[in-house]
Amino acid sequence: MEFFADYFREMYDNTGWNFVFLYEQYEYDRVLEGMWVSIKLIVASLIFSLVVGFVGAWAQGANSKIVRNVIAGYIQVFRNTPPFVQILFFYFVIGNLLPTYDAGGYQAGYIDSFGWAVISLGFFAGSFNVEIFRSGIEAVPESTCEAAEALGYSRLMSYVHVIFPLAFRVCLPALNNNLVNLLKTTTLAYGIAVPEMMYTANQIWSDNVNVPEMMLFLFFFYVGLVAILVYGMHKWEIKMKIPGYG
Amino acid sequence: MSDTDSNGGTGWTPDQPMVSIKDVHKSFGELEVLKGISMDIMKGECICIIGPSGSGKSTLIRCVNALNDIQQGSILVEGLEVNDPDLNKLELRKKVGMVFQQYNLFPHKTAIQNIMMAPMHVLKKEKNEVEALARELVKKVRLEGKENSYPGELSGGQQQRVAIARSLAMTPDVMLFDEVTAALDPETVKEVLTTIQDLAEEGMTCILVTHEMGFAREVANHIYFTDRGVIVEHGTPSTFFDEAKDPRTQEFLSQIL
Repeated sequence: MEFFADYFREMYDNTGWNFVFLYEQYEYDRVLEGMWVSIKLIVASLIFSLVVGFVGAWAQGANSKIVRNVIAGYIQVFRNTPPFVQILFFYFVIGNLLPTYDAGGYQAGYIDSFGWAVISLGFFAGSFNVEIFRSGIEAVPESTCEAAEALGYSRLMSYVHVIFPLAFRVCLPALNNNLVNLLKTTTLAYGIAVPEMMYTANQIWSDNVNVPEMMLFLFFFYVGLVAILVYGMHKWEIKMKIPGYG
Repeated sequence: MSDTDSNGGTGWTPDQPMVSIKDVHKSFGELEVLKGISMDIMKGECICIIGPSGSGKSTLIRCVNALNDIQQGSILVEGLEVNDPDLNKLELRKKVGMVFQQYNLFPHKTAIQNIMMAPMHVLKKEKNEVEALARELVKKVRLEGKENSYPGELSGGQQQRVAIARSLAMTPDVMLFDEVTAALDPETVKEVLTTIQDLAEEGMTCILVTHEMGFAREVANHIYFTDRGVIVEHGTPSTFFDEAKDPRTQEFLSQIL
């Protein structure tokens, strides 16, 4: 480990490339913490967006016209406005309208910046997920739904046990794309001071004036994360493949 | 438990028709496909509905389990009025099983899972109990060894027998068969028909829409011939096939027999 640190310290001395987080414990811990927050943020907003997609796609087929219109409106708003604006809106507008509590001398909201980032990113990616799931649902034959109906399944039960599992398989490639996009979009949480990797990198380069090095690191970090996500989704796709179908 | 309780309070008794269809009218928009159809099916009877394509046969049996609604008339299943906006569809579907022309199995589940799903999800039965029942049904439809195959790995005839077992797992009182052999090749038709014949002989009430005249003649208690939304002629197999009176029936029979 010591040798590793020395190598990068010498590299800085000899070439001017300053990968400070690879030889200074303090910066190393900061990067580790930033990576950890990023991963938590990605996993949380990914799951939240999938839940939104699952519920939204179901509600899209509701009997009530009001429910269907609410979903259509939600999609229009969240799909057609910039995610960065949405994050700022949630944090500064909605966050300010909610009740606060005394956090020892200042008023704090019950939802912190991390929470708002998850909520806004989840709704943003969720609006795309609703449409992605819908494309899958429309690919499930009407006759298959009828078979479930004839067996006594309610609309919700056949959605959960029959329609969604089949729809999900159809729309996995499209879902993949959207989740990769969401993963990268989490860097926008920087705007409301969520201490994720992008924010942390900015702090480090402000202290050490090593912007190119930190940028390089960011690229590698996100390429790595996307690779892991895509690999996992690919494995999942293979695992869910139905023998003799499609 | 009193008698009314066991029938969901409908007051139906086994000496009354199990399915009673009275003056049923059904339209798809402007097109009237059923123009006043009536028939009674007693418990344990096997009924075949035959007739040319587009005569409303499939629509009629789809109305019996409320997959299609009707505009006028009445369909009583064990005293349960199907043409009632407040109908408890779950109660109806527990009584009526249906098998489709295109099998319509759940492709993401194995044969045995297809059979087990509805009793577990809809009737909330214990897995062990359902699995024992499912294994029995697999034996009954002669598919031992195929329990863990997916529908995509089975032949059409095998899939159709899984579909029959899947309906039977809900322990229905009436089974509807909607042209269940129409998509099969002549050899596999027989294996499916044998399964249905076994069922009928065990006393299951069956309503079939079919083009299998040999089967209708051998197994049915009563045959209905429909054309353009009305019943043209009906009778026992021997009177129907040998002494058809209506010229339309005679013409139809002369072309297929």
